[in-house]
Amino acid sequence: MVTVSALLSEHPPAESHHHAPEGWIRKYVFSLDHKVIGKQYLGLGLVAVLTGMVLSWIMRYHLAFPDKPVPLIGLIAPTFAAGGVITPEFYLQLMTMHGTIMVFFVLTTAPFAGFGNFVLPLQIGAEDMAFPRFNMMSFWVTFVAFVVLVAAFFVPDGPPLSGWTAYAPLSAVGKGAGPGEGLGQSLWVVSIGIFCIGQLLGSLNFIATTLDLRTKGMTLARLPYSTWAWFITAMIGLIAFSVLLPACVLLLLDRVAGTSFFIPAGLVVSDAMQPHSGGSPLLWQHLFWFFGHPEVYIAIVPGFGIVSTILPAVCRKPHLGPRVLIACLLAIAGLSYMVWGHHMFLSGMSPTSATLFSVPTLIITIPAAIITLLWLGTIYGSKLRLTTAALFCLGFVSVFVTGGLSGFFLSQPSIDTYLHGTYFVVGHFHFVMGVAAMFGIFAGTYFWFPKMFGRMMNETLGKWHFALTFLGVYATFMPMHWLGLEGNVRRYSSFPADYMHGSLALHRFITFAALFLGAAQLIFLVNLLWSRLRGPAAPENPWEATTLEWSTTSPPPFDNFGGVHPVVSHGPNEYGVASPHGDYIMQIDPPTAAPAAA
Amino acid sequence: MFRPTILTPGVEKAVGKLFAAAVAVIALVSAGVFLSHTWWLPPDYSTLGLEIDNQVFETMIFTGTLFVAAQLALAAFVLQASGRTSDIKLFPGGPMPLVALATVIVGLEVLSLVFVGTKVWANIFLAPVEANAVHIDVQAGQFAFYFRYAGPDGKFGVPHPEKIDEGNSNFFGLDPQNDTAARDDIVSASLVVPVDRPILLTMHSKDVGHSLFIPQMRLQQDFVPGLIIPVHFTATGLTKTEIVCTQLCGLGHYNMRAYLEVLSKDDFAKWLTDQAGQ
Repeated sequence: MVTVSALLSEHPPAESHHHAPEGWIRKYVFSLDHKVIGKQYLGLGLVAVLTGMVLSWIMRYHLAFPDKPVPLIGLIAPTFAAGGVITPEFYLQLMTMHGTIMVFFVLTTAPFAGFGNFVLPLQIGAEDMAFPRFNMMSFWVTFVAFVVLVAAFFVPDGPPLSGWTAYAPLSAVGKGAGPGEGLGQSLWVVSIGIFCIGQLLGSLNFIATTLDLRTKGMTLARLPYSTWAWFITAMIGLIAFSVLLPACVLLLLDRVAGTSFFIPAGLVVSDAMQPHSGGSPLLWQHLFWFFGHPEVYIAIVPGFGIVSTILPAVCRKPHLGPRVLIACLLAIAGLSYMVWGHHMFLSGMSPTSATLFSVPTLIITIPAAIITLLWLGTIYGSKLRLTTAALFCLGFVSVFVTGGLSGFFLSQPSIDTYLHGTYFVVGHFHFVMGVAAMFGIFAGTYFWFPKMFGRMMNETLGKWHFALTFLGVYATFMPMHWLGLEGNVRRYSSFPADYMHGSLALHRFITFAALFLGAAQLIFLVNLLWSRLRGPAAPENPWEATTLEWSTTSPPPFDNFGGVHPVVSHGPNEYGVASPHGDYIMQIDPPTAAPAAA
Repeated sequence: MFRPTILTPGVEKAVGKLFAAAVAVIALVSAGVFLSHTWWLPPDYSTLGLEIDNQVFETMIFTGTLFVAAQLALAAFVLQASGRTSDIKLFPGGPMPLVALATVIVGLEVLSLVFVGTKVWANIFLAPVEANAVHIDVQAGQFAFYFRYAGPDGKFGVPHPEKIDEGNSNFFGLDPQNDTAARDDIVSASLVVPVDRPILLTMHSKDVGHSLFIPQMRLQQDFVPGLIIPVHFTATGLTKTEIVCTQLCGLGHYNMRAYLEVLSKDDFAKWLTDQAGQ
């Protein structure tokens, strides 16, 4: 095997652009090192996902037992839930914060900014990102956004109750619209605006790094699939967040400066005539969903890349149709901008537009279906090593199929007429966006943990974590489709005695499943902590993978390759071929190695 | 060299079997529950419902088949590949047959769903309302629906938002002193309609976004402040069913409900007369 240490003995080290930082603050807090920043993003994502999960438990407990106080919550949040009683407004506030935290601070930060920051420069043979200071700034801006959002829990009336979509005019007219619609909603808007700035900085950085900092021989055709996915995600994010940012500015102006971008004339809220005229609530919906639907792909495309990088390594077989895979990812990215109106079929926009938005929404399933078949074709006839990372990749395929197929219903306006606003939608997006992306995060964690921390994770705990999570996910989110078919409406804090009470048993089952699913994550936390402190030392390339990050030490040195600029002679897909070190050829191997079989 | 798994090929095979079994059981049980209709659409009482339900059913058959096929293929391939020691096998024919398969099967289904679905959608939202429709003006506000009928004169009074006074039951902001058309307007907290006659709803909101969802009529439409949105339907049977709000509108959202009562032609005429006399 060609390693950096071997190369160093043959070549004099190249001059590094960076010097290793000195001092704890520069090394671990305000670090310019992409690896530290990647870990910071993942740490933020971990804090956020635990927060969001606890919020969901409270909501689920209340839905299952609406008449019973929620244990402990009365002590933790006596202002909002005195005696543990969840009021309707507190339920909506929990729901708003759950959605916002999960979508923005987990599903956007971890798969893209977290893993992308750590792995992308390593995979292209770069010392760092193109703009390390922007990189540091993007994390700390995102951190500030999270703090501002969470601060909404500590202001009078608490966080907003208008949902993660913050539809105007509910989100625009101020505190008269309900508890949390005063300062809490303003903090929400400011937080998301700040978040957009962080993501724009990050997206620019990813694009510039991928285009400019590839090492010698790392042509676009040789880019690892995860790097392709982060590159494409950055292009999606650059456009999406540059629309959401001004939308947030306009919403904030409506709230504090008396403008009327999203508020029409003649509104009477809480018996008060609103001093606005000329705005359009639909304008907010268009701007939000122009961001919001590509956001689904910002969450899931990195997962595609992670799965497509790990699968060949665990299958010991080349990825089927890699060029088709990249073409499909690009097609999905392009189509993601033509489908936002499917969130608005019933919004009052022209019914003709609904058909126009429905067609590309259905067409986008074709590249998604092709990618799924490519994964199945890769698994077929392989020599599958069922590591925990492999299991989460296989689980990703399963839940993505499930969530993707339920999207067929919602992409048809005539069916959306019935299912819109029901639990069917909740089940759909949790499978396709939430769970699938989380499985990508778990797969990435089990795969790259050795490179990040120089220690292996415990595989036995990992397999138990996967098994319980996989079962818990289906038990929690599949029944939501059944609730939706019955017409059970989402965003209800409880179901009055004469409405949808028949669904209570199913809601209780979902709650128990959600608590079980959450408890299973304790295994992951224990594994993370134990492995970080006590895990066996990781070799350079524990998975016998081909890409460049496995050509350097675990963890890599500050400049990634110990002063060497790696030279790439192969693609990332050369598995199942005889070579001096086994059944694979690393990208860094010299061109004299055996040619690829596929 | 470090082996990336703690498992022997035999145990690895066993893990593969467990995974395959779990995926297969989940797929078959889930599909079985859908097929059993244990939790399913409520009874349909509308002329629109049959087409929508058929569209749901066709989509269910298509996606259900793909769901079971894809999950079973995943299970079978994992079963075949886990713990395998013989040489790898490339997928027969490479990626292009799969590309063609996905494009043709999904593409044809997409075309068919678009073709049929567009027709259904057009019947709901693009077809002109019939001339004999009963016109009912609907206003949504935090957290109630109000339904207004034109009264004996057949004309609606003009609403004035600044005159809305819920304490005095002037929910629409009518001005009966100066507007003769408003004097006989009938305002109801329930939507009462005659059977087998088209109903035209003109929907508007007084404050924030709301939505009107009548599951038994397969009808759902948002209220958007600043817009008056027309929608029409025809009830085909006598029923009393719920109308719920499905657009997040504030703390009382969960309790924003009303009833739809479908009456016979005579009962509806009597109801209107009674309301006009109050």
